[in-house]
Order: sequence, then structure tokens, then C-alpha cells
Amino acid sequence: MLCQSCEKRQATTHIKTILNGELKEFNLCPECAQKLGYGSFFGNIGFDLDKLFGSFMDGFASEKSTKRCQSCGCSFEDIAKSGKVGCANCYDTFYEELLPSIQRIHGRTSHTGKLAHSAGTEVKIRNEMIKCKNDLEKAIKEQEFEKAAELRDRIRELEKSVSNNSQ
Amino acid sequence: MTEKKYDELKDLSDVVISTRIRFARNLEDYPFPCRLSGEKKFKVANTVKDAVLEGHSAISDKFKYIQMSELTQEEAVSLVERHLVSPEFISDRLGRGLLILDDESVSIMINEEDHVRIQVIKQNMDLDGAYDLADKIDTLLDERLNFAFNEKFGYLTQCPTNIGTGMRASLMMHLPALKESGAMGKISASLSKLGLVIRGIYGEGTEPLGAIFQLSNQVTLGISEQEAINNLRDIAHQLVMQERAAREALSKNINILDGIYRSYGILHYAKLMSNNECMKLLSNLRFGIEMGIFENIDANTVNRLFIEIQPATLMKNIGKKLSAAERDQIRAELVRNTLFHQKVPANRRLK
Repeated sequence: MLCQSCEKRQATTHIKTILNGELKEFNLCPECAQKLGYGSFFGNIGFDLDKLFGSFMDGFASEKSTKRCQSCGCSFEDIAKSGKVGCANCYDTFYEELLPSIQRIHGRTSHTGKLAHSAGTEVKIRNEMIKCKNDLEKAIKEQEFEKAAELRDRIRELEKSVSNNSQ
Repeated sequence: MTEKKYDELKDLSDVVISTRIRFARNLEDYPFPCRLSGEKKFKVANTVKDAVLEGHSAISDKFKYIQMSELTQEEAVSLVERHLVSPEFISDRLGRGLLILDDESVSIMINEEDHVRIQVIKQNMDLDGAYDLADKIDTLLDERLNFAFNEKFGYLTQCPTNIGTGMRASLMMHLPALKESGAMGKISASLSKLGLVIRGIYGEGTEPLGAIFQLSNQVTLGISEQEAINNLRDIAHQLVMQERAAREALSKNINILDGIYRSYGILHYAKLMSNNECMKLLSNLRFGIEMGIFENIDANTVNRLFIEIQPATLMKNIGKKLSAAERDQIRAELVRNTLFHQKVPANRRLK
């Protein structure tokens, strides 16, 4: 299938869209997709699977294809083919396999930000501590000393609760 | 210092049309939608629906539940045109549900790419407002639904591109001058290096229609919600400045001015208008309004028309199916009445 934008290269990205009141799918080559903002392996539609999983599929898939997620029955090959992870547990089962692509997609491999209510208290405290320390640095840089003092006190409180917990 | 800079630029409504925050969430106890049987999809839909409607929270009686399979094609398409759901969401509607807040500022898609997609839309630039509301709804639902989460990867999603915060923040921006001056290609390329993406939201995807673009964050892991939002805000401000400078540079260009005045004339007098033509003309008109040429028309009215003239939404508001030719006639009438006579028949007015 040829790219509908340049009509020269092979289309690999398929995008669903509404055109004049109808649901249509159109097809783009990687270059045009990039130009129009649908590019790279980002985005939740039409990302390029070969790029995302291809390179280490060669290395891993053959030897590890027997491993399956105990929760949903998914194999890593299923994930690589569809670009879709089967369930939450797959992220544990295929941690090693998924890590390189995750690194490539996001540039980083561990979460910072909001925590779900299921996250343990320890994680929550540690997360708040990281945030407070970052804010403290910023406050000092911007010479907001009152705010810095508040943050310092909060960090001490958090440190205390961690050591209490571990005793 | 940065705060002050934002204050000066506070009113960005000449460029920013609307703000959107979307969270991707999944229930811990079910496989992701791609591995969910039809029966289990209904179970997930009901569980989420009950968590929202029977939550006895302040918002629960303001939500309406829609079973997607019960909608007509026009109603479904109109939801996309109004940016309440994604095109993907209506491509296969079985087992999918939608919760909408009465003023349509919040929509919760069930069983799209993830079990739950919480979306908040605000007019003009309001990243903090949209985030706060989305955050509240998310926290409320998490207590009842137990969202899939792990310490390392954050919120877990069907597509690894969304793990971490699961948050996509977007701004819909009108950039006619930057588009006209041919700068969009370069801007798009440099944004992708910063973990952001910009794309035309109307048109075939091959050619952005009406110079309306959507700027969003792409990276969701290893960056907090607040950082991602600040990042987006910084870049948006730069884009607004560039767009303003480009408008200034084009403000004396006779070809541009001619295009704007002609658009005004056609919008005022045409009897038939296709969707594509109308989008281009409205974009030019908005460009003129922002240049101070047409002072008696409000840019927000044009923002609303961008949506109301879309085919399925037009039919939904009229209340019957129309051929393309009939739509062109009614579209021209709607535009004329809204912009120049301010009299819109009640059945054609949006709530």
C-alpha cells in the first residue's frame, strides 16, 4: 500500500480519522507520518512496530517464546506483534523484554509523579521526599528562603517517619 | 520570574482554543481491552459505570451513561467531532461505554485502548484547571476501582507509550500565520526532540485544514504530571509568541488581507458551503478577528462554529439525516445566522 501523502513510499502507519462525517482510515509512510505529527513510535495510534520491537525480537523471541504471562496467557511474541501489552501482570513477566523498548520510547525507565492508592506508604513517602528535595533546590536557587525552610522541615518529618517504619 | 512572564501572557485566547487533559487507566483485576472477551468488556463497563454513577459523590448525578452500541452512526461521529471521544473509540462500539458530564467538559471512555480514559476539556488555556479536575476524578475512581499500578512503571497501560503518568496534555491552537509562512514543518521537527508533538487536527491528515493544530506531550514515564504540564506550557508560550510575530509580519500583506476579507464576504453571503471550504473560511475569519479587523465578532463564536458545522454534529442538532447537498445549504445558513444575524433557531443551538 502506498503512502497517501507522497504517493511514493510504502505506507506503514494507519490512522483512523473522521472525514466529512465518516470514519476513514488513511495510510502514511514513516517520513510523511513524522512530518504530520504521527511519527516515531510515540503516539497511541499507528506507531511503527518494527522499529519498536523489531531489533530485539531477532535476539530474544526465538529463545523466549515459550514463556507466557500467567494472568492473561499472553506471550512476548503476542505483545511484539500487536504492540499491545496483555495485562498489568505482563509488565512483571516480561520486564526484561519490555525494558529496552520502554527506555527507547520514554528515555527513562522509572515513574515519577502521581501514585495510585494501591502504592504502599513507603513508596508514597519516598516519592514525596524526592519531590520536596527537588522543590527545596529550586527554592534555594530562587532565594525563596521561607519556602525552603518549610520544605526542609517537611523532609525531616518524612525522614523520621521512614526510620520509625523500619524499626 | 517565570511566573511573571506567564502573567503578562495570561490571555492566550488569540491562539489557544482549548485545553485537554487525558488520563489512561486500567483495572487491576482484568486483562487489558485487547485481551478482553465480549462478556468481560460488559463487566468492566458496568463496574466503571457503577463506580461513577453510584459513587454518591458531588459529581455522580451530573454524569450520563451512554452504551456506545446503541447510538446511530451520526450520533457516534458527532461525539468525535465534538472531541468527546477518539475516532478509534467509534470504530468498533460493542462493549464500549461512555460517561459524559452534563456540560460535556468531562468524558470517560470505557474500553477504548485502556479500560478507562478520563478526559477533561476546558475552553482556551487552562492547563491547571483541567488537570485539577481530571486529578480529582481519577483519585475518586481509583479508590473504588483499584487502578493497575506498579512502583517502577507507574500506571500500567495497554500501550507502553502511555505508562508512567498515563497523562496526555494537549492544547488546541490556531496557527494561521505560522502555517501561512511555511514554518510548521520545522517547528514540528524541533518539537519532537523535546518530547512533544504537534499535528493538524482537521483534514485528511495529509493536509491540515483550517490551521488548527494540537500540541501534546509524548513522554509519560520518568516525568511528573506537573513537569510535563510546565514543559507544555513553556513551549506553548513560545509558539504563541512566534504566531503573534508571524501575524504581525503578515498584517500588511495585501494577499493575506485580501484572503481574509474575501472569506468574510463568502461567509456572509454564500448559500452553499462544503465542510472543507467552511473550515478554511472560518480559519481566515478568526485570523482577521485576531488581527483586529472584525471587531464585532467574537473569536469564541468561531471556535464553536468549527465544531457545529461538522457534518454529523450538524445533523444531530437539526435532528435528522441530511444529504451532503442539504448539509451545505444548512451549514451556510447556520454560519450566516450565527455570525451576522445572531439569530439561531433553537433546535440548532448547542447547549
